[in-house]
Amino acid sequence: MDKGISRPYALEALEGLLLIRRFEEALFQLWKDGKFLGHYHLYIGQEATGVGAIQALKPADMIFTTHRNHGHLLARGTDPEPMMAEILGRETGLLGGRGGTFHLADPAHNIPHTSGLVGGCIPLAAGAAHRFKSCGEDRVSVVFFGDGAMEEGVTFEAFNIASLWRLPIIFVCENNDPTAQGRPANDRIPGAIAATHLDQIPKSLSMTTQVVDGADLAAMRAAVMAARKACIAGEGPVFIEAVTKGWPGSATQWPDLSKTGRTDLGMAWGAKPIPDSYRTWFEDEDPVLRFCREQVAAGQLDGETISAHDARITQRIAAAVERALAAALPSGARALDHVLAEVR
Amino acid sequence: MARITFAQAFADAVYLSFSNDPNVLLIWGSFFGLSQYRSLSDRFRKEFPDRVAFTPTSELGNCGIAIGAAIAGARPIVPVGAASFIFRAWDQIQHEAAVARYMSNGMIKAPVVFHMLHGIRGGGGPQHSQSPQAMLWNCPGLELVMPSTPYDVKGLFRAAIQSDNPTAFLVHPKLLDVEGEVPDEDYAIPLGKADIKRDGKDVSLVATSLQVHTAMAAAADLQAMGVSAEVLDLRTLRPLDRDALAATARKTGRVVAIDDCPPHCSTASEIAAIVSEECFRELKAPVERVTRMDAPIPFSPLLEDYVSPTVDKVVAAAQRALAYPKSAGD
Repeated sequence: MDKGISRPYALEALEGLLLIRRFEEALFQLWKDGKFLGHYHLYIGQEATGVGAIQALKPADMIFTTHRNHGHLLARGTDPEPMMAEILGRETGLLGGRGGTFHLADPAHNIPHTSGLVGGCIPLAAGAAHRFKSCGEDRVSVVFFGDGAMEEGVTFEAFNIASLWRLPIIFVCENNDPTAQGRPANDRIPGAIAATHLDQIPKSLSMTTQVVDGADLAAMRAAVMAARKACIAGEGPVFIEAVTKGWPGSATQWPDLSKTGRTDLGMAWGAKPIPDSYRTWFEDEDPVLRFCREQVAAGQLDGETISAHDARITQRIAAAVERALAAALPSGARALDHVLAEVR
Repeated sequence: MARITFAQAFADAVYLSFSNDPNVLLIWGSFFGLSQYRSLSDRFRKEFPDRVAFTPTSELGNCGIAIGAAIAGARPIVPVGAASFIFRAWDQIQHEAAVARYMSNGMIKAPVVFHMLHGIRGGGGPQHSQSPQAMLWNCPGLELVMPSTPYDVKGLFRAAIQSDNPTAFLVHPKLLDVEGEVPDEDYAIPLGKADIKRDGKDVSLVATSLQVHTAMAAAADLQAMGVSAEVLDLRTLRPLDRDALAATARKTGRVVAIDDCPPHCSTASEIAAIVSEECFRELKAPVERVTRMDAPIPFSPLLEDYVSPTVDKVVAAAQRALAYPKSAGD
């Protein structure tokens, strides 16, 4: 059952998966309690994609992401407290309250800028890759985006340039809902894209592509590791389609945690029964339960270890929420800071 | 000091930028359009081949690539060709470049220079004659530079490439032939410093880019009629030299704002608003605007001339201002 993940990596992965799941669950509660404005997007159901992919990267690699970014930052090691504070619009937020949930970014961890516009970061990531290549640096650029970005014109332009210039960039298309809106699973996507498979598009531009089960952490990690190696060898770019089933609580407008509830990890090792409602989700699709189930079955992690990690992480998130809520909102006049850089 | 063309001074500034800073990248495009000066760009390609990238016809993608490279530490120049094409890249400029620094709370920067050939060029027709400066002025976070002379283009480009902000650098293709004295050495003209191109006392003609030359010609005509016109070249719209604008308005009491954008929300409209807000009591006449008419730019020369800001229209506007209030309420 070991898919090339050693125990230290498995523990690191568990940390990332649980941080994301507990963060997003806490965020739902904050929204339900009316603690922040605006709509928002949760990464529940896609944790294994981001954690597996980011485990395969080096600290110097640069990551660009989307409106559904929380998981990518947490997987990269960003402190959840300033993330939570940013989503709550606090002065202590990652961006001083200027970006909110759509734009979480962490330049210190090489996640410099997050676009909330569909496909917005795809050319930016290609530009960073161009910079790395022109400087002869052994760095890659990675951009995460949803399947919806494949419908945007800017994506074609960036794919074409990246392929023409053989840029060291990994395009990670998180196909997070192939069954939604009448879309048969990763087959034909009526009304959105005329291609029958998303990877036909990069393939037509001579790009190396790979379709991966996005809920399989080890597979994601291996795919990105291979893609990174190819990019460094000058064989980029690489397009990876990470296919995940949509979390039942995912919705176009507002996420709904009440359907599947707060995740009880005991379901992964038989300590808790699996309910009849959303049984497929709990048994097969939830990537966090799946990872735990596989690790327990392989004898690499046990329920006790996982539960201990979960308790610590749950406590960490609760503390982050508490401190973020206690922080002040930035005063109105701060809105004019940083519009333009000072003249040098 | 040598007498050279605007195009040569501009090419020299780009060359100096490449020489002085290894972070300068060119996301290839056309600095000089299809003009006779286009070979001036060959030098960058020959001497800095690793820093010059040839691009597909992808204005949006090219601008996005430049912005991403800037976020990763480069200082890219992306010439989009005719300024009409900037609309195809609008999303990346407005939503990514202009907000990158702000949204990061000052932690990152995106210092790209977006170069474009703007304005009514003679035969450009409806799709190659755009002047997007008014719309670009509506993008907080974006610097906006509009040089009018060989001396200014060199110094302003050197300032723009060294600025930590993204900058729209608008050049009018009819300026490429203009000659002037340009120092051989490197120099930068600080952004946000307007320049009085002609001293006068009766009326102020306020303009940028090619319209500074329209204003200068109008000032010469007015001189022949015994009117002393001052010409203020704003040089940059963001940052804007509000002090210089208010000073000339207070000095003459009459302002004509000239712009080749269509009238509604044109740069002339904003100049009129600022002057009215800051200097209302000192004004002797309402601020006059001379803009392109509210129509697309037609191809045929007489049609094109009809809708353009011209020397005669500026002279007439100055005369209206000088005649006020005599002509009011007649």
